[in-house]
Amino acid sequence: MEIKKQYWNEYQKEIAQDDYFYERSCIRQTFFPGSEATFLKILREELGKKIVDDPKIHTCTGIGYHSDIVPFDTTMAICARLFSLMNGAGLKNYVPSCVTSFGIFNEVLETWKHHPEELEKTRENLRKATGREFEVPENIAHPSDIIYNFRKELKLKMKYSLVNKETGNPLKVVEHIGCHYSKIFSEKSIGGTEFPHVLAGMIEEWGGEVVDYPERRHCCGFGFRNYLVMANRGYSVANSRKKFESMKPYKPDFIVSNCPGCAMFMDRWQYTIAEMEDITYDDKGKGIPVLTYEEMTGMLLGYNPWDIGMQVHQVQTESLLDKIGIEYDPQDKYVGVSGTFLGEPEKPTNLGV
Amino acid sequence: MSEKKIIIIGGGPAGLEAAYHLARQNYNVVLFEKDSETGGHIKKDLRLFPDFADASQVRKELSDRIIQPNIEIKTGICINELVQEGNQWCVKSDNNTVVYGDAVLLATGFETFDARRKEELGYGIYNNIITSVEFEEKLKEGKILTTEGNTPQRIAFLNCVGSRDEKTGNHYCSRVCCVNGVKLAISFKELYPSSEAYLFYIDMRMNGQQYEELYRTSQQKYGVTFIRGRISEAAATFDHKIQLKSEDTLAGLPLKITVDLLVLMVGMESSLSTKLLAGQNDIRGNYGFAESLGLNRSDYRTKKEGLFLAGTCKRPLSFQETIADAGAAAVQIMDYLKSIK
Repeated sequence: MEIKKQYWNEYQKEIAQDDYFYERSCIRQTFFPGSEATFLKILREELGKKIVDDPKIHTCTGIGYHSDIVPFDTTMAICARLFSLMNGAGLKNYVPSCVTSFGIFNEVLETWKHHPEELEKTRENLRKATGREFEVPENIAHPSDIIYNFRKELKLKMKYSLVNKETGNPLKVVEHIGCHYSKIFSEKSIGGTEFPHVLAGMIEEWGGEVVDYPERRHCCGFGFRNYLVMANRGYSVANSRKKFESMKPYKPDFIVSNCPGCAMFMDRWQYTIAEMEDITYDDKGKGIPVLTYEEMTGMLLGYNPWDIGMQVHQVQTESLLDKIGIEYDPQDKYVGVSGTFLGEPEKPTNLGV
Repeated sequence: MSEKKIIIIGGGPAGLEAAYHLARQNYNVVLFEKDSETGGHIKKDLRLFPDFADASQVRKELSDRIIQPNIEIKTGICINELVQEGNQWCVKSDNNTVVYGDAVLLATGFETFDARRKEELGYGIYNNIITSVEFEEKLKEGKILTTEGNTPQRIAFLNCVGSRDEKTGNHYCSRVCCVNGVKLAISFKELYPSSEAYLFYIDMRMNGQQYEELYRTSQQKYGVTFIRGRISEAAATFDHKIQLKSEDTLAGLPLKITVDLLVLMVGMESSLSTKLLAGQNDIRGNYGFAESLGLNRSDYRTKKEGLFLAGTCKRPLSFQETIADAGAAAVQIMDYLKSIK
């Protein structure tokens, strides 16, 4: 493990310390609706940072771009508009919530670096379309980079750690990094492509143990066109299944991811596989809980699990909360912000709840 | 006996061979070797390809014949400065030894590629992933065992680790790994005939005498399986085996295989001494190797009068090529020494 750490040290990146412009994800608020609010709360209330959550933000075109329906010129102009919103807020540090966006922004900036004429063309396109001007950000960091950066400070504020309260043993955690976080530009990630450390660093700092299983670096199964083209969806499930089969012998307590698609697909496909094959990848027939890194952080800080959105997961998280000893009220699980009962979702046939 | 003195930097096969020929022609030779013993990389070998000659015997012959009155052997000394002063060459070592000579032969050899730089292959991270050098050392001990002490039932060799690889910046072929892989696979099958051996390759460059025959023998007599494809990733499994992902490019199919031991055939890189001393004399060429006047002009002379090159300080060479190269370099040195006053 020492050698691994040595390599992680070779891939460090500059992460801005304060004054962030946050760009929400198109899909995360549907998939894991509490995660982004949790991140903002952590930054503002726990770390005392300034972060602007601008309601005028919009798509980066990522999914459309990777599906070949949005041309790159359009992508560059739309990213430029987002940068101009950041400029308007008087900020220089851009923080895209989504890993796909993170990859897109880095690709756009890298293109402009090597082809300055594309930057000039984009300036002109944005000017013609919106009358706006823009400056490129000084720093782009993924929110998981920021949590990683402040993991020691956050640890001091945490009520819980990643330890099984019954046995005292560290929880075994599968960490899954979005491909577009570290596989497009190794040097833009913490830890590089092969052994990304951004989530592993949080897990280890907070008392858990990272599971190093053979398919650790394999795609979650989303793979854009694997899922977006309906005829290809079998590939998507097959890839997720490959990962689950590979991690199963290690008996992981939960999975954590920093990508909207990965967390979604590793959570939902467990339901799909259970319904298709009556197979689950834990001992109790309930599946392996899948958390976003914001949920993991918020959970350990002692936030109410239902406030951070744990109840909208496909694989239920109570078994994990119980292992850690997190207090929660089961009666509140499906109570909305207004205090009214929202109704209980239908139970799956095979996946236990 | 000539008054002329030749300084040879490096006591591997090239340095030993050149020293012998120069001494036979009555020149004085001072040979510096950074290790405590001469012999270079063949010290670690059990047998040499393609004829499976006993490496220690070959090394002994090379070393024994330079025990001559006009050869001064200085082992355990690392030369860190090489400068031309008028018609003389001056070398300075890390322990402040200063020696002057009329000509210098750089025979500083190579270093094996540090496999940790290929993170995806898991060397230094997982057990049961070793380099070809470590495998050869195990062969010398007479047994190949996994970290858990078991006999490997299935083993894989991977060619071109750190060679022909854009990612590591080494675009060149290391020339010997293909045939060396075949040699190691045969050696493994000799020890454990019922085990399986796989060799992953880009293409098999069996361009030396008897190489092709050895390649054929490895398949026909020993049943070594060759798979045309690189390994994209190696990772440990729950039961301490190594899972490999590759593509069989002949079948056009992705491939996943679990082995007990993975052997990385590490390529050659220029040594630190080569980089340092060539750099000091403005003859540092591609990839840090020392640069001669040119393959088609004089591959032994450099643009500095009196500074000569032999062996793998110039580029990857086989043992046989190195010996031939050193002999030719010795002739060039003698020719030069006769031309100066």
